[in-house]
Amino acid sequence: MPEVKKADDDGVQIDLISGERMENMTSMEKIRMILDGVHEGNIVILEEGLSPDEESRLIEVTMTEISPDEFNGIEIETYPQSGSTDSGLLNRLMGKDETKKLTVIGPANQIETLHKDETLISALVSRK
Amino acid sequence: MGLITDIRDSISSLFSAQDPKRIGIYGPPNAGKTTLANRIARDWTGDAIGPESHIPHETRRARRKENVEIERNGKSVTIDVVDTPGVTTKVDYTEFLEHDMEKDDAVRRSREATEGVAEAMHWLREDVDGVLYVLDSTEDPFTQVNTMLVGIIESQDLPVLILANKTDLEDSNVRRIENAFPQHETLPLSALEGDNMDEVYDKIAEYFG
Repeated sequence: MPEVKKADDDGVQIDLISGERMENMTSMEKIRMILDGVHEGNIVILEEGLSPDEESRLIEVTMTEISPDEFNGIEIETYPQSGSTDSGLLNRLMGKDETKKLTVIGPANQIETLHKDETLISALVSRK
Repeated sequence: MGLITDIRDSISSLFSAQDPKRIGIYGPPNAGKTTLANRIARDWTGDAIGPESHIPHETRRARRKENVEIERNGKSVTIDVVDTPGVTTKVDYTEFLEHDMEKDDAVRRSREATEGVAEAMHWLREDVDGVLYVLDSTEDPFTQVNTMLVGIIESQDLPVLILANKTDLEDSNVRRIENAFPQHETLPLSALEGDNMDEVYDKIAEYFG
């Protein structure tokens, strides 16, 4: 493992996690990795996102970790999927993975979404 | 669409002649979920489910009203209505201070709210058979919480009706919600005024009966 340089106080660390790195992780390992990063004030970008079930568990675990004056929760952004039910179900029946979508996650008090549509996420990231 | 209908019918038949189905009322905070739950409960049982408020996170525990019997076209449909806390990914107690709340009360409310959201997510994964997804039609529906929750509901193959609430308000825009979720049926309503509830009950009977 190469030495990891830590962000200094003036910067915001961005972790871009490849789909390959997530491939063999369990749901809880993924959630833990995301929340550990966010707790440290990092912006976590997932190349392939989370499954709906993992998103549901991420919300649940995030809620248990919110603490007044310390951690307000997360901001999470993915592209909205349009008209997805029919093709989504068919794709799932055919074993095609529909969950692969770029996902940006950060501390709620540091990231603000400026604009989102089906092809663009524009966010403002601030220091702590 | 035929495949979806077939699958929905198959799922429906699994539940027929069994216990009442649990229908979760989901949506973001302040969409009018409890107002709708109370409207349904009062219309068919005479009792309310819980207190309504303009302050976010008034509902901090999932509340269930059992055996709500809805009569439509000579038939009756019995459901358990589950009113759930509004789902969010963040809770900041300082926002409650803007509602003339003391810090201790605001912190307690935020703590209860986080527990409530976690509970709502658990119910969605484990304990509901269908969903009424309530949105404030004066607000932008393209939010991450809505995207994720509808995705979670779809991934569980739960039948879902999208309800565009607060049509009594001037800024209401039902078309925006229809465009956001074209894969689902959207019904306009005002739970507060009771507008269009007949159609809502018709669809509840059709989807969850």
